[in-house]
Amino acid sequence: MEEILFYIFAFLTLIFGALVVANPFSRNPVTSAMFLVLTIISMAGLFVLLHAFFLAAVQVLVYAGAVMVLFLFVIMLLDLKEEERRKVKKLSLVAGLISIGAIVGIFVKSLLATQPVKDLPAPMHDGATIPLGKLLFTNYLLPFEIVSLLLLVAMVGVILLSKKDLK
Amino acid sequence: MIESVNNWLNGLSPAQSLLLFTSIKAVVCFAIMMTMFAYTVVLERRLCAWIQDRIGPNRVGPFGLLQPAADGIKAFFKEEMTPAHVRKVFFTLAPMIALIPAVLNLAVIPFGSTLGKQHMVLADLNVGILYTFGIVSLGVYSIVLAGYASNSKFPFLGGIRSSAQLISYEIAMGMSVIPIFLFVGDLNLNSVIKAQTGTQLGFLPNWFVIQSPMTFLAFCIFLVAAFAETNRTPFDLPEAEQELAGGYNIEYSSIKFAMFFMGEYCNMILVSAMMVTLFFGGWTLPWFGLDHAATTLLGGVLHIGIFLGKVFLFLVMFVWIRWMWPRFRYDQLMDLGWRRFIPLALANILVTAIWLWWQSGK
Repeated sequence: MEEILFYIFAFLTLIFGALVVANPFSRNPVTSAMFLVLTIISMAGLFVLLHAFFLAAVQVLVYAGAVMVLFLFVIMLLDLKEEERRKVKKLSLVAGLISIGAIVGIFVKSLLATQPVKDLPAPMHDGATIPLGKLLFTNYLLPFEIVSLLLLVAMVGVILLSKKDLK
Repeated sequence: MIESVNNWLNGLSPAQSLLLFTSIKAVVCFAIMMTMFAYTVVLERRLCAWIQDRIGPNRVGPFGLLQPAADGIKAFFKEEMTPAHVRKVFFTLAPMIALIPAVLNLAVIPFGSTLGKQHMVLADLNVGILYTFGIVSLGVYSIVLAGYASNSKFPFLGGIRSSAQLISYEIAMGMSVIPIFLFVGDLNLNSVIKAQTGTQLGFLPNWFVIQSPMTFLAFCIFLVAAFAETNRTPFDLPEAEQELAGGYNIEYSSIKFAMFFMGEYCNMILVSAMMVTLFFGGWTLPWFGLDHAATTLLGGVLHIGIFLGKVFLFLVMFVWIRWMWPRFRYDQLMDLGWRRFIPLALANILVTAIWLWWQSGK
């Protein structure tokens, strides 16, 4: 059952993700944004299958519910027209193919290097929030705080940029 | 007859019986929600008529009680207009999305204790409240997409207004409930209800709304944010008839309009259910031992009745406020959300944390 669900969600994630960047039917930025929302929701489904309920809920809450709404907001305010179909330059084609090849190479190499684990340990906490919080405030306190500092810096930066004249 | 049904039920495997009972519960929940939606509309029309010294719809059926049926039939049979200038796919999609969040969120609301062996909640998630907020936050898409797809001026302004409003108040709403979970120590909604059983001072209910000043403040912020999230007066700026002529739903007619309408009322029911669960003890009453899981069938039904009664009181309040209060100005709305409520909610979290820390040290 879980395996079937995994394949369904993985398939959906890939399809929606592809439709974000290369939609054959529409080149409307709003359509792309909506497909990105669907990608995020199907990824939340994958998190649920990993028993990471907290991550799944936060994924929907933060990315699908807040970040993507802001994306839509900006697209609507800027009134972006349909993207024109650009001609593919030879140089960019070559560069793109090389980078795709490199990424595939890394994937294949790391996949081959992993050994199939015989007996996986059962998930320790089953996605409970209390152990997660304890870990964040003990073992991973420094990275956690640094990330929040990064967000603060970004916020100050945005305020600085949006102020026209600084007093 | 009953015996053969009983035998058949006992013969089911756990997975089968889970599937059976969950689908029954889901269907019944949905039916109850739709009935409540229909009669909240009647209530709204009768109550507003009463407030404005009119009579209101009283022609269809006894006391106008069949009005929802008449309205429903009208909505189905009206001609459906799709203006030529709209973006068709999103235009059709938006009203459908309007209903989804409210229905999905029904899954985690504990609407009763037990009925027989069944727990009266569809999914007892240990991140219940985060799930609710996640789904609620998806509700904004229907309005934004409706505004965008209509491809004309006033719906667009309504869509823009609503996306800014919903995002702003979501933050205040999310942060206002954190003190509750600091008190409970768990995100599960059943644990929240368990923490509200018993009495204080001998007779007052131990509900979070009056348990401590911090939780009372949390309730106040949550209540105001709930009004903003459901686009109800005094925060109904996305539709603001006088300025936007109806906002995001101008171009919609017939059943598509009815679906937006349904979405708004179902969201109201859902937010009321959340407030009942978080601050008013859910299905419990502190007297006559009604705050423990029911052992008899009658007790179980009584608990569901208590829950629905509390939700109903909140719905009356929602309706009442709509006909009593003028609308906010947009800058006042943003000011209230960002410069009053968010700092207040943050301070509330801090004070609660310090209080609990001090308590634990005693």
